[in-house]
Amino acid sequence: MTNDKIAEYVDLMAKLIDLPLDPEHRPGVIANMTRIAEIAQLVNEFPLPDEIEAATVFQP
Amino acid sequence: MSQAYPDATQIAEVVRGQEVSAKSIVAAALSRIAAQNQRLNCFTTVMADSALADAERIDREIAQGKDPGVLAGVPFAVKDLFDIAGITTLAGSKINAENPPATHDATAVARLREAGAVLVGALNMDEYAYGFVTENRHYGATHNPHDRTRVAGGSSGGSAAAVAAGLVPITLGSDTNGSIRVPAAFCGIFGLKPTYGRLSRAGAVLFAGSFDHIGPFGRSVRDIATVFDVLQGDDSADRVCTNRPIELCLPQLKLGIDGLRIAVADDYFATGAEPEAMDAVAKVVSALRIKESATIPEPDRARAAAFVITASEGANLHLKDLRSRPQDFDVATRDRFLAGALIPATWYIQAQRFRQWYRDRIREIFQNIDIIIAPTTPCIAPPIGQEKMVIAGEEMLVRPNLGRFTQPLSFIGLPIVSVPIQRLGDMPLGVQIIAAPYNEALVLRVAAVLESQGIVTAPVVQ
Repeated sequence: MTNDKIAEYVDLMAKLIDLPLDPEHRPGVIANMTRIAEIAQLVNEFPLPDEIEAATVFQP
Repeated sequence: MSQAYPDATQIAEVVRGQEVSAKSIVAAALSRIAAQNQRLNCFTTVMADSALADAERIDREIAQGKDPGVLAGVPFAVKDLFDIAGITTLAGSKINAENPPATHDATAVARLREAGAVLVGALNMDEYAYGFVTENRHYGATHNPHDRTRVAGGSSGGSAAAVAAGLVPITLGSDTNGSIRVPAAFCGIFGLKPTYGRLSRAGAVLFAGSFDHIGPFGRSVRDIATVFDVLQGDDSADRVCTNRPIELCLPQLKLGIDGLRIAVADDYFATGAEPEAMDAVAKVVSALRIKESATIPEPDRARAAAFVITASEGANLHLKDLRSRPQDFDVATRDRFLAGALIPATWYIQAQRFRQWYRDRIREIFQNIDIIIAPTTPCIAPPIGQEKMVIAGEEMLVRPNLGRFTQPLSFIGLPIVSVPIQRLGDMPLGVQIIAAPYNEALVLRVAAVLESQGIVTAPVVQ
């Protein structure tokens, strides 16, 4: 996703969850969201079998 | 006593044998803290009066023929996210300083006190445990006792530095993505991250509940085993705390490693590190005569999934304050927490599902192998204030990359001890000894063998 799109997402999502973003904090939040999106891509692109579910209480 | 800096086991022996009073042991610890804390900035609270009173009580009990416990008179301190009755738990934050004092001790603190250990204070950390460096904007950076211009590691930096400097023989910390193992490696001491859910976290401020563990730091394997054994046991106050029976590790330390199948992690765990970090692993591989290697699948995705879950859970925990007073957060955590609050649910759930898949693959590996060896950190402790570093020829950000080798393993809650490799005239490093869930005794047996060979040691920094 482009930086503009990430910035747009950050602004809309912050509004949706009622999280005011101080103009001073906003660039740092966008930079972090960009990084999270890149990192999450590593997980999101990995195919998982349908039967794998997220356990609510994790038993190692 | 035979040494200037006895370990906790030896202290308890001489106190119980009435060779030395608990009061004199605790007073000596308090005077070391008074002399050195200004230089190192390990402690956020020192409890001199109550510690001396507790020590006097232990001396009275011993004089009356009572047994005050296996840690009688041993001074200890805890990361400032464990509740201590009567003191406000800061968790490295300015915001929590407004909270009232805790009404009860955290379960781990209470269990150590019941075993006769004497609490002397609380220790510095990254704000809300979100970091690997303990450069806290509110309470200052903790300095590495081996080189005060360098970080102690984090987030349990105060806990590691206090032990390395000989201020106290044992401390407690917490580990979500490496926060016990990274500072243990940087400060050249032992740090145990037990199996997820093995020790109660009740009364400890959570960071990312899916991965939060507590565990001990120390300078000997027997101290780590003793503290771990004291802390074991179920606790209804922590929903993830196991109700498995207690399995004492201390009596197993001398069982050795004959018959154990030990492998060194290859691939991801043999790249992305400075040569000295791999030299530390090679030293352990040679000492244990390891011939096998093991390939952990998809560790980079495991680390990524841990990152997403941590950011999301951490942000949710602090959402109220992120909405109303973001300016009061440490600038080192603020924007990461704010961004974490915006993560789509589907990314979080996918990461949790990936965790199950990855756990199953690692379980398969442990069907044929008992122990895996891997580096703890990719480099020595970086200088305080350094933003970027070069690792294996590549420039990268310091803060997130110190967890390269720890994060993919705590992600599925494996028991791991980071053992210290001292390097003459240079900074120490750590090596992770990893086993299948609930096999703390195995990782400590391997550590004990390395300790008996003199390969891993944790002398006090002079």
